[in-house]
This record gives sequence, structure tokens and C-alpha cells, in this order.
Amino acid sequence: MKETRIHGRGGQGSLVLAQFMAIAALEDGKYGQAFPFLGGGGERRGKPIMAFCRLNDRPIRLRSRVAEPDYVIVQDATIMRELDVTEGLKDGGLVLLNTDKSVEDLGLSGKPFEAHTISADNLARRILGRPIINTALLGAFAAITNEITLQSALNAVRSKFPGRLGEKNAQVVQESYDQLMRNSS
Amino acid sequence: MRKVLTGNQAVAYGAMLSGVEVVAAYPITPQTTIIETLADMQAEGLGDFDYIRVESEHSAMAACIGASMGGVRTFTATSGQGLFLMHEMLHYASGARTPVVLANVNRAPAAPWNIWSDQTDSLSQRETGWIQLYCEGNQEVLDTTIMAFKIAEKLKLPAMVILDAFFLSHTSEPIEIPDKEAVKDFLPTYDPKDIWLDPDNPHTFGAIAMSDPYMELRWQIQRDMEIAKSVIAEVHEDFAHHFGRMYHQVEGYLAEDAEVLVICTGTAASTARVAVEALRAEGERAGLVKIKTFRPFPGEEIIGALKGKKKVAVIDRNFSPGAQGIWAQELRSVLCELSDQERPMVYGYIAGIGGCDISVKTIKEIYYKTLESHRPDDIDMWVGVRHV
Repeated sequence: MKETRIHGRGGQGSLVLAQFMAIAALEDGKYGQAFPFLGGGGERRGKPIMAFCRLNDRPIRLRSRVAEPDYVIVQDATIMRELDVTEGLKDGGLVLLNTDKSVEDLGLSGKPFEAHTISADNLARRILGRPIINTALLGAFAAITNEITLQSALNAVRSKFPGRLGEKNAQVVQESYDQLMRNSS
Repeated sequence: MRKVLTGNQAVAYGAMLSGVEVVAAYPITPQTTIIETLADMQAEGLGDFDYIRVESEHSAMAACIGASMGGVRTFTATSGQGLFLMHEMLHYASGARTPVVLANVNRAPAAPWNIWSDQTDSLSQRETGWIQLYCEGNQEVLDTTIMAFKIAEKLKLPAMVILDAFFLSHTSEPIEIPDKEAVKDFLPTYDPKDIWLDPDNPHTFGAIAMSDPYMELRWQIQRDMEIAKSVIAEVHEDFAHHFGRMYHQVEGYLAEDAEVLVICTGTAASTARVAVEALRAEGERAGLVKIKTFRPFPGEEIIGALKGKKKVAVIDRNFSPGAQGIWAQELRSVLCELSDQERPMVYGYIAGIGGCDISVKTIKEIYYKTLESHRPDDIDMWVGVRHV
């Protein structure tokens, strides 16, 4: 079983990203479990929140929060000023960040985990016209972890947003996937 | 059809597939997405039911009781403070013998405000005459919602389907959605049989009952709560026959040769399955007993599962101030029937209050504490709390 913790700000679609991962896993014939941890009274626009996703090839019985993730996704790198996003991250784990900065600039090279960055904001702005970043991070996650297939990620996005919006988001998934595949090859 | 759904969506699917005819509801976190999903289903024509918007949970239950007396299948959902506001009407629903089904998403009582999981809301309704069914996963949530209508209508007693806030209500996972026709085959349209509010055949409902008939009517509720144990077992069997998924009022997991049994309900039971497997891998003889029904309390089955065991550790995500964990109290009261030789020592732990996590680590800590202790009164029952 692989566990992912997503750090984002309320309104960035952290839970939707986790749900996309679970839906893609189902498409792949696997099992996914996605859930939020909001804090406060649940209404948290702009505040740091978390979402979790577990992926497994058999049904998932574990129903506690993810404390020792294999993967961490950071939707807004400024959250790193407020909390340690790599807390509990397994050695050899992966961190995926939405940022313009490089891994070196963020001081994340030479750590016991591997860090990857993508400017999901720019990609989403260019294709969607708005900085809605979860589909860009979904494609990037598929590329760097191989936990979900590109095809399933595309299907998950198209099933959530039928029509033109779905096609645009599918383009975001494809481009982010390709970008991370190029970077890591 | 297999689909990724939250626990709250699973409840809504359960109610819709059951052919509910009246929904009356008032929003409250973390339940709100149940009634939002039902409203969407009605708007999209997926469900053919009347949706009554009310000004409070008290009115929601009053509307459900009235609709149920009118002879139709009724449903509502609530959480925490909403359930507390319904309290008066919960007693009325069972007294009036209306088989209303309510989904309660467990939410901790205020003050201070807290929206997270804690069973104290539903367990506080112990004396209201409602059947209470607790769930550990979203498939069980959907299936139990469907079964709850059948159980309630057979007994003419209201039934509560209970799921943990966030750990189920807002957790998405793949579940099997049964075909509507298959559900109809399992659960035909509600037939109130002998009596309902019918202008062509007028009756008086809920008029004053003098002491003797009142006591008789209360006795009938008790009698039917006892009968409920076999009705629930039959409905579980029937459901398994139709859909291939079997549920139990009391279920052992790696329990037979266990030295220390952990007793869990709700999502803690699901995580405990993983914890017990991990303990077995460490060479420990750990086991789990999951209890699904709180009312009626399945005493005979619990005795069957625990008789002759040395120690049991009950994990309560709830508490009764001054009396500690509620499941532990109930368990002790049924185990006192056993002889000293057959009766396990009961360790009652409080964990996960107000949505605190109950992890594999928590359950392992409880197991080892119990294993190493000589007497239950030696231990600190509150797990993971700062004593400040």
C-alpha cells in the first residue's frame, strides 16, 4: 500500500486531487481511499489543509490519518513557511511541489527523499485560464510515481468534467505528465 | 456498478435505492452532503420522493413521523447537535411505532464546538427506542441503509444508521452500488399493513393512554427489541442471499485462539483488523470482536464470543462523564452473567474523542497495556491525552 499526503490551502482542491487519484486507481483495477483533514470548523478557504490518499491492490481497511506517507504533494510552496511538509515522510519517498522554483532553490536537494517541482499554476493558467491546479498535479503524480496510469488519470478527469472542460483538463494532465516524464528521464 | 463514493453519498444512494418516499431534513456538518446528494438525486429524477425542507432537526423528525404514519417510507439524516435537538421526537417515533430511518454522522457534542467523530451523540439516544447500527466502511454504510428500512418496517421501530464523521462521511472509496430493481426485490414498497393515517378510514393516533395500556405498549417495545435480534440476523442473511455481502451483529476476526481481544465499533473496527494482523505478525495472540448493533444489544452473541477469554480491551470513542466508556459499560453488564472462571477482565479505554485519530499504533498500545496489566483498575484508561 502507498500513502500520499497532500498539503494545500482551502479552495485549491486538495480533496478533489485525492479523489481523482482514488478514481484513477479504480480505473486501473486497484483500490483507493481519499479523505480530507480540514481543521477549524471545516470552512478553511486559504488556510493550510490536508488531504490523504491510500492506494492498494486490495481493499483498504486502515482508516486513520496518514502519518508516514510515501508521497507528499505540496499545492502551495508557501505552506512550507508554516509547517514541515515532509514530517514522517518515508526514506526514499517522493515530494511533488507546485512552484516556479527549483528543488535546489527550495533547499530540498540532498535529502533522504526525492523532490520534483512543476509550475502547475502556469500550466493551469495557460490551458484553463485559471490557476486550478489539481489536474496538473494529478498528471505529474502519475508520471513520477507510476501508481496510477496516465490513461486512468485522463479518464478520471473526463468523467468528473464532461465536455470541453474535461478535454481542457485532460490536456493539463497530459502536458504535466509529459513534462515530468521528460524531467526525470 | 462500482463507483468511488463518500460515506455520505453511500447513505444517499442507500436511501434512494430503497425507494424512500419522503425525506425531511435540515443541514448540519458533517451530514449535510447526504441531504444535498438526495436533493440532487430528486432534481435529476433519480429518486421519486417528496423533499420537505424544515426549519430545524426537531421539525425534520416530526415531519418524518407524520409521513411515516401516513404509510410511506421516510428518511432523514443528522449529526451531533442536530440529533440532540431531535431527542424529544426520537422518543415519539418509537412510541408511535413509526419505522423512520435516520442516518447519523457521529459528531462530538459542543461545547466547545467540534465537528469531528465521536459516538457520544448517538449513544446518548440509548433510551429512545431506536435500533442502532454502526458501520466500519462505505460499502457497509450503503448496505446497512437498505437493510435498516427492512428491519425497521418489519418491527415497526425506527432505525439509526451510524457512520463516523470524516473517517467515513467524507472518505471516498470504491463501492458496489446495487441495481435499483435488485433492491426492490429485496425491499418491496413499504406496506403499513393494518393502520395508517387514512382520511377514508379515520383513527386516532397518539391520544392519551392511561397507565395500564401505556405500560403494555412500553412492554411491546421491549418485546419487539428482543425479537429485533433475530429479525436483524434474518435480514443480514437475506441481504447476503441477494447481494453476496454478509454482515453480523457481532463478528470475530482472528478471535478464536486470541489471548487478548480488542472490542471495537465503527471505523476503529476496520483499523483494528490491520492492527490485529500486525500484532499476529509480531507473534502476539491478538484478536478483534466488532460489534455492529448497540440497540438491541447483542448480549448472547457477545457472551458466545468472549466466554472463557482472559482479557478484553474495549475501545470507546465516546464517554459518559462519571461512568467512562459506554460500550464497556454495556459489555460489563452482559458479562456479569458468566461465572468468575468464564468471565474475562474488561479493560475499558477511551480513545479518539472529538475526532482524535485511532491508528494502528493506538490499538497496539492498548493491546500491550492490557496484556501486561494485572488488573483493569491499574491502567490509565484515556489513551493519547495530556493530563493537564
